[in-house]
Amino acid sequence: MRDQLRRVVNRIRAFFRKRPLDGELDSEMATHLALAIEENLQRGLSPEEARREALVKFGGTEQAKEQHREARGLPALDVLMQDLRYTFRTLRRDRAFTLIAVLILGLGIGTNVAVFSVVNTILLRPLPFQDPQRLVWIEGPPREGGLSSVTYSVDAFEEYQQRNHSLDAVTAYMPFYGPSDYKLTGRGEPQPVSGVSLECNFFQTLGVHPMMGRPFTPEECRKNAAPAVMLSYFFWKRQFAGDRSITGQAITLNNTSVTVAGVLPSTFDFGSVFAPGTKMDILVPAPYDMRNWGNTLLLIGRLKPGITLAQTQAEANLLFPHLYHNAARPDFGIGYEAQVQSLKDHVSGKLRRSLIVLWSAVGLILLIVCVNLSNLSLARAAARSKEFAMRSALGAVRGRLIRQLLTESMVLSMGGAVLGLAFAFLMTFYLAHQGSIALPLLSELRVDGAALAWTLLIATASAVLFGLAPAFRMAGKDIQEALKESGHGTTEGRKHDRVRFTLVVSEVALACVLLVGAGLLLRSFLRLLDVDLGFQPDHAAAISVDYDDSATNGAQQGARRGAIFEEMVRRVRAIPGIEDAGISDMLPLDRNRSWGLGAKGVIYRQNESPDAFVYVVTPGYLAAMGMHLREGRDLSWADRADSEHVVILNEAAAKRLWPGQNPLGRIAEVGGGDTTVVGVVSDVRETGVEDSSGLDAYLPVTQAGPVGAEMVVRTKLPPDALASSVMKTLRALNPGQRAAEFRPIQQIVDHAISPRRFFVMLVSGFASLGLILASLGIYGVISYSVTRQTQEIGIRMALGATAGQVQLSVIRNTLRLALVGIALGTAASFAVARGIASLLFGTKPTDPVTFAGMVLLLCSVALIAGYIPARRASRIDPMIALRAN
Amino acid sequence: MGKTKLDLLQGTLDVMVLRTLEAMGALHGYGIARRIEQVSGNEVLLNQGTIYASLVRLQHRGWISAEWGTSSTNRKAKFYSLTKRGCRQLAEDEAYWRRLTDVMGRVLAMEEGGRR
Repeated sequence: MRDQLRRVVNRIRAFFRKRPLDGELDSEMATHLALAIEENLQRGLSPEEARREALVKFGGTEQAKEQHREARGLPALDVLMQDLRYTFRTLRRDRAFTLIAVLILGLGIGTNVAVFSVVNTILLRPLPFQDPQRLVWIEGPPREGGLSSVTYSVDAFEEYQQRNHSLDAVTAYMPFYGPSDYKLTGRGEPQPVSGVSLECNFFQTLGVHPMMGRPFTPEECRKNAAPAVMLSYFFWKRQFAGDRSITGQAITLNNTSVTVAGVLPSTFDFGSVFAPGTKMDILVPAPYDMRNWGNTLLLIGRLKPGITLAQTQAEANLLFPHLYHNAARPDFGIGYEAQVQSLKDHVSGKLRRSLIVLWSAVGLILLIVCVNLSNLSLARAAARSKEFAMRSALGAVRGRLIRQLLTESMVLSMGGAVLGLAFAFLMTFYLAHQGSIALPLLSELRVDGAALAWTLLIATASAVLFGLAPAFRMAGKDIQEALKESGHGTTEGRKHDRVRFTLVVSEVALACVLLVGAGLLLRSFLRLLDVDLGFQPDHAAAISVDYDDSATNGAQQGARRGAIFEEMVRRVRAIPGIEDAGISDMLPLDRNRSWGLGAKGVIYRQNESPDAFVYVVTPGYLAAMGMHLREGRDLSWADRADSEHVVILNEAAAKRLWPGQNPLGRIAEVGGGDTTVVGVVSDVRETGVEDSSGLDAYLPVTQAGPVGAEMVVRTKLPPDALASSVMKTLRALNPGQRAAEFRPIQQIVDHAISPRRFFVMLVSGFASLGLILASLGIYGVISYSVTRQTQEIGIRMALGATAGQVQLSVIRNTLRLALVGIALGTAASFAVARGIASLLFGTKPTDPVTFAGMVLLLCSVALIAGYIPARRASRIDPMIALRAN
Repeated sequence: MGKTKLDLLQGTLDVMVLRTLEAMGALHGYGIARRIEQVSGNEVLLNQGTIYASLVRLQHRGWISAEWGTSSTNRKAKFYSLTKRGCRQLAEDEAYWRRLTDVMGRVLAMEEGGRR
């Protein structure tokens, strides 16, 4: 064992000391010969004889040296170094080829590594928690009514916590947060802060340890607990400049003094896992009186070791239907449902298909790249066939030649990998900093060890893929044939051409599949942009407003709120440039809650009673959002706290409660209270642009309690231009107004469609890349075949063919290849389109426009790619062409 | 070249070199080669050059060491000598070869009658 090691070490040392060792051997051999000659002279031989015999006895000096090297060094590595040196020399000579090959490979490998990183981050890598595979997500089955219908009450949560036997722990958070529900004061201007309420065992259940300070204690979720807050790492860095003494100190949030319990590690980003595309600044214990707010919680559990999802689901099926909505008010009834899935599935399950499509798209790109390079190296191999024939005539064995060619493709591939990595680094860095894309875990995107391993894998695979065909073709060639061949052969043709043409056809077919996939997704996206949202996002913007809501008694509160809002809206409307203004507590596509809705006097069967999204709004909100009042009137300031309770329904709600009848003047029960319907407004997309509209109810701020307040203004001016005057107006009314920013409504819509935009942009980008590569491939092959047919074309022209005829024949050749490729590609595309049907929106997988567009695009690209060489062919001077050989 | 010279079996040259060094003490490459030729009575087909591959191999294994010195005729030459480990190795090799030649001798001396 030690001997083995010693030998390896000695060999490695010898490998790096080649020169001195060779020198030593040389002088040793010189002495050897000198001694031999001396002895021979003594034996009486003539000087020439003495020398001759010494040399004969010694044997070949070169062989001796070679044996010596083999015995002492690393012969395999020596060969590799030789191949590499030779490779670098050839590649340096063929600089244009090298440059193009590395560039193409770089693009192909780069896109693959970048997409792999995305897939790895979102789909493959475990969530950044302790034992994440044991974490489960529990929510109600999807129903109309958005978040309110899939969440649970605090009492139900606590009862489940106690009664289940399959989970080590159950925790929960409240998903009804706004963009900046909290206000930090006492440190300069009042600052808007985003936060989420959690059950106190949240961090322990997920296995997240605060970087500083302590997690919440169970007491902090109890009645009359001292308020506490956990800071996110980035908020701590930004707002408190990384002050390490902050834990245990008090800060002022929403005018209350709150103790900082701790700071979370930078690896924990609540938004990136649970609320993609948003940043959560603070995390607070769920307030005690939340138990009276109805359904507020989404649950996360940690499986006991050895317990499966199915067992947990089975248990939940038994427990949830018997959980109370409110333990103190049994008359509110019982009955929940629950779906248990792994947390990972919840976070990234919906994206699996899209990501696989993305991954396949870049896979196709890499294939096209390989086909292109195969083509290039085939053409190059043809030009080098003499060189190889010469080498094998000089004694190189077939394996050695293949090895040489594979070394070359490996070197190219590694060059491409380095370039590709640089490209992937840039791309992932860019994507990771797109905070507004609503994709989970995106902020953790980076090129990691797995991505590096992936790079190595695909680089090697492509090297073999595009290196092997030319290698075997070259090495398998008959030496004599090759040596006899005279330059641009005229007969070598057909078989070579067939391989190249097959490559082009497959390239076109691959590009075809890419284009159809991208086309369908693009069409879906355009459809999505065309969706009638029910409101007009352009020229509208929203800003969070603060108001004093300290009155105790409900009716008093309503009157007071009404007065404050009326003044606010009046003054803001008076600002020049503002056409309309109104306030709502929630905005569509932003957040939602729902209450029970019913026509007075109608008894609904259980689970059939409708739920409606409730918006508590001021007069003018509908106009500011650009919604259309279909019937009746808008709310008015005359709808006071003590006047008749009124409601505006959307068309869907009116139709559901009173099908075929006039809803105006009828009584609807909203959240248990009687209201008179005074108007009907257009449907809006509440939860997602791709989801259909639900039932909506708009209640006046004077008669129902809003949760926060968003002022929407409609203006032709850019919102930023108005920001200071609006802020001045709001501050004049309430000095405690946060330094909130205008959010264009379009931005909210963009956020909602950002995942689709993300995929469409990437897939379209990849399709364009594929198209460019395919056209390069067509161009390369046609151009090469024109070059090789120079003589033939020259003869044809000498025999009277016109330039036009020559052009036509080249273009006809090109088009024929393209059409075969398109035909094959179209067939494959139909299959692929069916596979991605579930990702499409408002577009059939057989969408004729997409298919026709693809055919047209590919044909014109093929035409252009063929036209350039065709033009060159038609300009061949027969005299020169014929004289060339 | 003599028509009946022996081809060297794999590994035999190494043993010859070790044994030569044991018998002669420190010696340069030429001396070793000559000594083997003399002892073998010119029966071995030896390209003297191949001795150097053997020497470097033995050196890597730590069985011999090398030092530059001057020959009797005042030339600069590399002198090889056996190390302690080389001595041990040679003893092992020697035992092996003696057993092998013994066995080979017996097998080849087998009487014709044995087959019938």
